[in-house]
Amino acid sequence: MKKQYVELKNTQRELYNFRVRLTVSMGFVLVLMAILLLRFIYLQLVRHEYYHTLAESNRISIVPIVPNRGLILDRKGVVLAQNFSGYTLEITPNKVADLEATINQLAELVEITPKDRKRFKKLLAERRNFETLIIRNRLSDEEVARFAAQQYRFPGVEIKARLFRDYPFGEKTAHLIGYIGRINQADADDLEANDQAANYLGSDYIGKTGLEQSYETELHGTTGVEQVEVDSGGRAVRMLSRTPPVSGNTLVLSIDAKLQEIAEESFGNYRGALIAIDPNNGEVLAFVSKPGYDPSLFIDGIDQQSWDDLNNSPDKPMVNRALNGAYPPGSTFKPYMALAALTLGKRQPEQTIHDPGFFNFGNHTFRDDKKGGHGAVDMYKSIVESCDTYYYQLANDMGIDGISGFMRQFGFGQRTGIDIQGESEGVLPSQEWKKKRFRKPEQQKWYAGETISIGIGQGYNAYTPMQLAQAVTTLANNGTMYRPHLVRDITDTRTGKKTLIEPKVLRTIPLKQENIDVIKRAMVGVNKEGTGARAFAGAEYVSGGKTGTAQVFSLKGEKYAEGRVKQELRDHALFIAFAPADQPKIALAILVENGGFGATTAAPIARKVLDYYLLGKVPQPLPDTAAEEGAND
Amino acid sequence: MTKRELLQRFTKHLDLPLLGGIGVLLLISLLVLFSADNASLHRPLAQLANIAVAFVCMWLIANLPLHYLMRTAVPIYVLGIVLLVGVALVGEISHGARRWLNIGVATIQPSELMKIGVPLMMAWYFEKHEAALTLKNYFVAALLLLVPVGLIARQPDLGTAILILASGFYVLFLAGLSWRVMAVLLVAAVASAPVLWSLMHDYQRHRILMLFDPSQDALGKGYHTIQGMISVGSGGLLGKGYLEGTQTHLDFLPERTTDFIFAVYSEEFGLLGNLILLGAYLFVIGRGFVITANASTYFTRLMAGSITLTFATYAFVNMGMVSGILPVVGVPLPLISYGGTSMLTLLLGFGMLMSIETHKKLVKT
Repeated sequence: MKKQYVELKNTQRELYNFRVRLTVSMGFVLVLMAILLLRFIYLQLVRHEYYHTLAESNRISIVPIVPNRGLILDRKGVVLAQNFSGYTLEITPNKVADLEATINQLAELVEITPKDRKRFKKLLAERRNFETLIIRNRLSDEEVARFAAQQYRFPGVEIKARLFRDYPFGEKTAHLIGYIGRINQADADDLEANDQAANYLGSDYIGKTGLEQSYETELHGTTGVEQVEVDSGGRAVRMLSRTPPVSGNTLVLSIDAKLQEIAEESFGNYRGALIAIDPNNGEVLAFVSKPGYDPSLFIDGIDQQSWDDLNNSPDKPMVNRALNGAYPPGSTFKPYMALAALTLGKRQPEQTIHDPGFFNFGNHTFRDDKKGGHGAVDMYKSIVESCDTYYYQLANDMGIDGISGFMRQFGFGQRTGIDIQGESEGVLPSQEWKKKRFRKPEQQKWYAGETISIGIGQGYNAYTPMQLAQAVTTLANNGTMYRPHLVRDITDTRTGKKTLIEPKVLRTIPLKQENIDVIKRAMVGVNKEGTGARAFAGAEYVSGGKTGTAQVFSLKGEKYAEGRVKQELRDHALFIAFAPADQPKIALAILVENGGFGATTAAPIARKVLDYYLLGKVPQPLPDTAAEEGAND
Repeated sequence: MTKRELLQRFTKHLDLPLLGGIGVLLLISLLVLFSADNASLHRPLAQLANIAVAFVCMWLIANLPLHYLMRTAVPIYVLGIVLLVGVALVGEISHGARRWLNIGVATIQPSELMKIGVPLMMAWYFEKHEAALTLKNYFVAALLLLVPVGLIARQPDLGTAILILASGFYVLFLAGLSWRVMAVLLVAAVASAPVLWSLMHDYQRHRILMLFDPSQDALGKGYHTIQGMISVGSGGLLGKGYLEGTQTHLDFLPERTTDFIFAVYSEEFGLLGNLILLGAYLFVIGRGFVITANASTYFTRLMAGSITLTFATYAFVNMGMVSGILPVVGVPLPLISYGGTSMLTLLLGFGMLMSIETHKKLVKT
């Protein structure tokens, strides 16, 4: 029965069915077209008058109202970024026939420098449709009055009140706060992709680096809208509706502006980076990368000359050394090595080695800085006197993967997750890393000899100062690692409601407290009787520290003598510290590029920062520059 | 070979009524593009190049005998799926969506390929199992449809996903999916709307909400709808005249050479112009239905019907969105909007219709 039915279906019945379906389809299409036709009749005949009015005699113009950008304050309310209003002279290029002539005529009324002209040309090249472009910034009241009297001569030129961004601390906070700059095509594409384009209509600026960039959504605010009727000349006739803009939120940082300033100034003419963190919650107290640059240069598009100056400067002021510089940690690596040895059972604290002043591995001799060696060295002494031989042996005993496995837990070679974008990863050397890093098989192999110098923080080791700070903070906090963050709370400008950024524990490293105490005791010894003692002489608090020196230039077998080497080839000086030793409130890492010994250039900076933070002592205007030879790192 | 013979050979597999209808629409396209591009020849010439390329492809497909066409179904479909999976894994992100695949020489958008690939595959499947269609076959066909649609929807490209869903549904419908099943599906769709809503991206919800009140987002997507409606409405009965559209030429109208080109046309040519345009579309669609009705095999009937209905859907969705009765989904006006890819896809479809029409006698004998 069923089979017969199927056969039937295949022939006439199916064709019939198909024809029915096809007829229904045609009906469907006709209905769709009829719907469109009715819609057209409705719009073009019934409502024609209405739309005609909108389109022809009056046009609804939608005017975005740009919100005020949020402020950035330090933890005590000191302003780090704010807005001020100023008058600008602006030109709408579409409405001006001869730009060159117009600008020349304007120059007779208000001062227009060659820099202004260059900037205008640059803006002209990047402009979007019907944008007005700034020809002069920050007009004086007198200039405004002078132009206003002559405005009739200049169709397409107008005076506008705009808000400018101001960074009171200038280059001292440049790498921290960052800057805003004009929205370029790449920014516009990003905004479009994130469905933010509408909220940026009318906005000219966007955060480009630093906190201005990473907290852009908080700082920008919500753009308001005014719907106005305009006549055919484009003049507003009547306001139809208005949605006010919502100002951006205020960022309150954990940074202490005074501490930041003292830290920055303590570097003197040296380049480098300093990060100080509260170990109890990950709040960053100072974030310095020196030298900085003047962030206000970027706001309206930097001119070529200033840009070249910044980029070609041998000091590389545009590099954020705290996040993007990668340096060998030198001897500041030793406390972690010692902790690794205790944790993995490779050494006992009281176990001593004999240091003859060198360590032989294969046919290579690794030297200690101290001629003749340190004699009998236990763990305490190895840190206090910074004995290299102790760590050459230890590194050899632990092996590269033993070292890297332990160090990874302290965040070496990983991004710390601080709330500024673009952090570098650094290099935590391991067999796996080498395999990935190099192409040729003979280069991919890890040689046991390469492990030796890893033990004293040299070799392939390369970490950002931020990672060094994160590690010492975690050590100070007995192995509990917080996510470092710069913003403490975000205040809603409308409601005044504060949203606190909660401290976030990233991980708790499984460590024995007795082992940590051994290391901390030794680090206290460094500042009491070791390489940090000179810098911390007479301090009214107990601190722990470790000096370090990172080789920039390899002197083959020769004894390093600071005076003989050119400044750019001098070693980098490092220092890590925490205080007070029993209940740390602050931990920090300092890197001084080409600073020579950590004990002489980096440790004194730490002293000043800790003195201010713990005691409120402001350093004397003349920084102590007595750099003496001597201490062994 | 005389000139006449040469011409005959050239036109042998072209369907002249269909070609005429398409020609009228393409002529309108060039005319409107000239106006939309502010009386510049740049876009019209570039569009002419698009047409030339697409026309060659159409001619080639039209000359392809049907059994060859059928044989392409599985490879095209499989290639499309592979590329879509590739996009999901390593596709390039642009404007927040992962739609493009970089194949070294160019970036391609595999979802375009599937506009033809999906109905082709489904029609092929039904042809294979024509002898004894059971509910299971419809289920498998639906799966063939839903896999690529799902992949495209999560790129996310809801507009293309819905249109491919429509083209596949037409195949199911023409293949005789029972009315009862469709009723059940309809009820299920209505019931699952809240679930779908919760799965949508914010911007997708936004676009649907905006349809009810475009002024809610007057700066963003609502701007498109408002300006589109003003353009169409202000056109009136006879329009403002060629090159005289104020909305167009005063820069009020966004995307006026692509998705919103209908607003330009409608503003300048008015209701009368719209009638002509609808007439031209209906003529092409009507011819498509005639070809469908005359098609000789099950496969070609399904394919021709789906192509024709999909074409009608594109036209409806675009004009509906510009005139404010459908959400803005980013569908071009077929044969009119500027763009090489959609031109190619459309003319490939018409090439298939022509092949179906001009090869049917060969099949019968």
